[in-house]
Amino acid sequence: MNALIFAADVNVAQNVGFYIIAAIMLFAAISVVSTKNVVHAALWLVVVLGGVAAQYILAAAEFVAVSQVMVYIGAVMVLFLFGIMLTRASIGDDTDVNNKGWAIGIPVGVAFFGVLAYSVIDAFEDTVLVDPSGAQIASATTAISDGYLGDYLIPLIALSFVLLAAAVGAIVLARKD
Amino acid sequence: MYAVNFLLLSAALFSIGVFGVIARRNAVMVLMSIELILNSVNLNLIAFALINNDIDGHIFALFVIAIAAAEVGVGLAMVLMIYRNRRSIALDGLSEMHG
Repeated sequence: MNALIFAADVNVAQNVGFYIIAAIMLFAAISVVSTKNVVHAALWLVVVLGGVAAQYILAAAEFVAVSQVMVYIGAVMVLFLFGIMLTRASIGDDTDVNNKGWAIGIPVGVAFFGVLAYSVIDAFEDTVLVDPSGAQIASATTAISDGYLGDYLIPLIALSFVLLAAAVGAIVLARKD
Repeated sequence: MYAVNFLLLSAALFSIGVFGVIARRNAVMVLMSIELILNSVNLNLIAFALINNDIDGHIFALFVIAIAAAEVGVGLAMVLMIYRNRRSIALDGLSEMHG
């Protein structure tokens, strides 16, 4: 009986998909910070960003997933590839992409992960997510637009000014004169 | 599915991004590591939206995506300017204040 409830509670496809995508994402993220080739790092970053978008879909956030694909994979990665092309003479491996004391980052990262994992497991050990394959997601995009044009209207307008300032600032910084 | 799955994945992505920020010397690669960190935060926000069954997490995630796009634009413009002035984007060569 218990097993039946468990099987009805847990969406097996969601779990299997999560672990496969998570493994790919972790491998790609480690490749981003460990490869010697800047272009390869950018292409591994595409894999990570696509994996994040897939996780959003698993977590029933379709609108955010589509925004992630359009903004990150569409726009930000093009900016990165332009930045790499414009700041780099040779194609191939660079010998000095890391700092001299780069190894100090390993214990810092591991300690950081340890603290985060301890606190996360301590706080959310038994929290089971609701199965997102229900009907309440159908109105998620409506709820997002209600939030943007309701409670979060002032932050949205402020954000549009931030984007305007960033665009003007980027042009001013990168202009040749 | 347990909530810790998403939260542990984003903690791992965050730690990898912190390692990249510390270890990398190339300014463009440091910006890529910052993107990893911002994405892990977004994943956390989406997971919390699912835990609390509240849409606000999605809204904050979209705010973070927009801010990240602006940050990359300005950051890469700064990197281009540094490259034009110094012919190098190595971050450890940028400290001009020798005490």
